[in-house]
Amino acid sequence: MASIEKTFSLHVPSSTENLAMIRDFVKSIGTQSGMGDLDVAKLEMAVDEACSNVMEHAYDSDSTKEVSIRATVDESSVQIDVIDTGKGFDPASVEQPKLQDLITAKRTGGLGMRLMKSFMDEVHYEMLPGVKNELRMVKKLPKRDG
Amino acid sequence: MANPFSIHKSEEQGLVVLSLEGYLDAHTAPEFEKAVETEYEAGRVRLVVECSRLTYISSAGLGVFMSFIDEIRGAGGDIKICGLAPKVFQVFDILGFSALFDIVPDLPAAVQRYEDAPVKET
Repeated sequence: MASIEKTFSLHVPSSTENLAMIRDFVKSIGTQSGMGDLDVAKLEMAVDEACSNVMEHAYDSDSTKEVSIRATVDESSVQIDVIDTGKGFDPASVEQPKLQDLITAKRTGGLGMRLMKSFMDEVHYEMLPGVKNELRMVKKLPKRDG
Repeated sequence: MANPFSIHKSEEQGLVVLSLEGYLDAHTAPEFEKAVETEYEAGRVRLVVECSRLTYISSAGLGVFMSFIDEIRGAGGDIKICGLAPKVFQVFDILGFSALFDIVPDLPAAVQRYEDAPVKET
């Protein structure tokens, strides 16, 4: 039987006060698609990290800008695309230092990226700074019987 | 909308207990940062962060623990973390916080931990 794909979208002003709304949106998607509680929590957090990065770095906390979250669900996975038109970055330049090194250096950068990669099955970027940046994350769904 | 995050401060056998409620994300982390900073600047460095009513934490919240721990330990104190719900604990654990911070089940265990190991032994 062909898999039925469903798409849901949320567009919010680029302000961290909207992160809770984004998490609620993603949580509903995860729960409805049949994920367990811990996987829903991972999905929620990965998307929060991606959107926080956009709000604080790509848009420099400019709340007149917009962050778009698009969720595509089919029988095998949940795909989340976080889209912005901010300044973007080079994903290869983001270091993944050890936690103790971050503490010693008084830096917390890179933690969000580490969480996204740990919590999702796939993380991809497509950057066209100032035009369109898209972060795509995929979480596979548990196989259903039948 | 209800306040998404709050901090209740109390004292327990000479320790400062900061009980967190709600969610700790990029929006609410500055409030937590200010609370820890206030204690540190007042010389109160034996802290317990009680998280049984914390429903969510992101890297912004974790960053607060990271940014103060060296100074607080340097001043002879520590931050003991207790009461984490499983979904919150998985975040601490996956990032390796368990190796660097004392994470214990509840407040009595945190108080006891200060007796046994005032600063986490790594």
